Amino acid sequence: MTELGLLVTQLFNGISLGSILLLAALGLALSFGLMNVINMAHGELLMMGGYVAYLAYRLPIGPWRLPAAMLAATAGTAAFGALLEMTIIRRLYGRPLDTLLATWGVSLVLQQGARSLFGPVGVGVTAPAWLDRSIPLRGIGLPGVGLPVVRLLIIGLAAAVLAALALLLARSRWGRLLRAVQDDRDMAEALGVNSRRVDLVIFTIGTAVAGLAGAALALIAPVTPTVGQSYIVYAFLVVIVGGLGSLTGTVLAALAVGLLSASLQLFATVSTADVLLLLVVMAFIQVRPRGLITRLSRALEEA
Amino acid sequence: MRRAELTAHAIALGLLVLAPWWLSPYDLSLLGRFLAMSILALGLTIVWGWSGLLSLGQGVFFGLGAYALAMNLKLAALAPGDLPDFMVWSGFSRLPWWWVPFRHPLVALAAVVLVPAAVAAAFGWLVFHRRVRGVYFALLTQALALAFSTFLVSQQAYTGGFSGLTNFGPLFGVQLADQKGQTALYGVTLVLLTASYALATWLSKSHFGRLLVAIRDGENRVRFLGYNAAPYKVAAFTLAAAFAGLAGALYVAQVGVISPDMVGVVPSIEMLIWVAVGGRESLAGAVLGCLLVNFGKDWVSSAMPSLWLFVMGGLFVLVVTVLPRGIGQLVSVRVPRRRPAEVAPAAQELAGQ
Repeated sequence: MTELGLLVTQLFNGISLGSILLLAALGLALSFGLMNVINMAHGELLMMGGYVAYLAYRLPIGPWRLPAAMLAATAGTAAFGALLEMTIIRRLYGRPLDTLLATWGVSLVLQQGARSLFGPVGVGVTAPAWLDRSIPLRGIGLPGVGLPVVRLLIIGLAAAVLAALALLLARSRWGRLLRAVQDDRDMAEALGVNSRRVDLVIFTIGTAVAGLAGAALALIAPVTPTVGQSYIVYAFLVVIVGGLGSLTGTVLAALAVGLLSASLQLFATVSTADVLLLLVVMAFIQVRPRGLITRLSRALEEA
Repeated sequence: MRRAELTAHAIALGLLVLAPWWLSPYDLSLLGRFLAMSILALGLTIVWGWSGLLSLGQGVFFGLGAYALAMNLKLAALAPGDLPDFMVWSGFSRLPWWWVPFRHPLVALAAVVLVPAAVAAAFGWLVFHRRVRGVYFALLTQALALAFSTFLVSQQAYTGGFSGLTNFGPLFGVQLADQKGQTALYGVTLVLLTASYALATWLSKSHFGRLLVAIRDGENRVRFLGYNAAPYKVAAFTLAAAFAGLAGALYVAQVGVISPDMVGVVPSIEMLIWVAVGGRESLAGAVLGCLLVNFGKDWVSSAMPSLWLFVMGGLFVLVVTVLPRGIGQLVSVRVPRRRPAEVAPAAQELAGQ
């Protein structure tokens, strides 16, 4: 493999990692920006999506198995997310650090539950044959380099989800309500917006995205009870770097963290890259403590 | 302190002092290590309960203290000139330079407190002087815990990697694993816990302690009064880290092993439940919660290992939603003398939101 080939591969890996991080972080960023809630169980919702996809994928329905698995993962996780919001998160409104701890408790229960149900060994979704190959780049002068179709699919999925969300926020009624509540909760309520219902809908959408991300992850790596944990800290870093609940910021941050992590791995081991990544994020918040994209506000402080 | 409180403290201390005579050696060894962890819990009360800084990375400072002492104990087990086994496997012929000072027990003992404090001060200054707070701070400390544990695992040649450090030699000529060494360590732990407790109690009544609470409840008001909040937060975070380092060293001396899975993300957050169960603002609650949760964990895990995570997860949810002031809320019917914590958001709103 040539040096250029290696570079292209890492670049592609970075974008691929970035799109997974984006799918994982979108729900976090949404609920953090709107409700000031940090959902520590978000990684476990990813895991849940993976397991639901694994179960649905075993249905004997031929070529529809893959879309069915993705749909089931999205819907199942969304239902659980709605339940979580109604039972626990709603009670802790205005106490962000307490939601963090309570959802951490939920994540422990979900992890151990998955371990009891499915065992500690990972299960996987075997990608169908048309996904399980790569597109060679020999034609454009990069012999030995190939782009795996699965990862292309995930990048496409992330782009589609992002487009759908952007459209939802910009054009739909719920999007308008969301922006109203995010800008000024009290004023929106005074104008008759049921802000609690907006919270519920947005939180559920966030968890649905997590479920879809989990199903996508199941295609490229085995689903284990702890799979959520391996992504969640990076997803949080994405939220920090991206800024308070801004979609653009989240997208930029996900790509930046993904590319940075992949390019650090060019000359350092995976774990050293982790440490360096944290150092870079620490340096970054020295410059922009509120993240890449911040909302203009006259308030003295936010969050 | 009122008389009833003083009596309760005296009885508790008396029971702990006499514990070697009324507990079995196994229970005493458990109590010893849980008391060591209580010192860390006191630090969490200061940094989380009083200052409102939710640190998800106390395991890092616990680990730094533990590794500092463990390095000395590891070297003490070897003949002069020999290298620890994991270094030999990695083909080292000389001790890495930063291991060398830890040959001297006094240097190692100083490092137990100074290294975690220095790391916390640097991290805290970087974060707080840019007024990063709340959830952002919590997530950054979590990333710190992740980075620290992956670093320990990856640098196997220097840190013993995944299996950590064990097979220790004597400290000041005392074999720590002996019955005598263990009893001595229990005594040292109890003395240091009492001293930390006294220091924290004094701080809670001091100007410094009151400012921490004021910053938690209305940082902007404190700033408008002319204070810079950042140094106070850095000081609280640093003190908590020093407590955690001390706890880590006492723990490793009693247990005889330290490994990365005791200092990562999961154990760091587990430490919060000790304080949350006891009531996050109360020093007595921190010690009591730490003992209760850990004895409970030992009991549940030995009866049914898979049950513990369910119990702990349930505890987190329950304590936060139903008992935000800990178990004290169950027994105490007295009206709290402080303003309840629910007032705080309103105060912040007044201050500028």
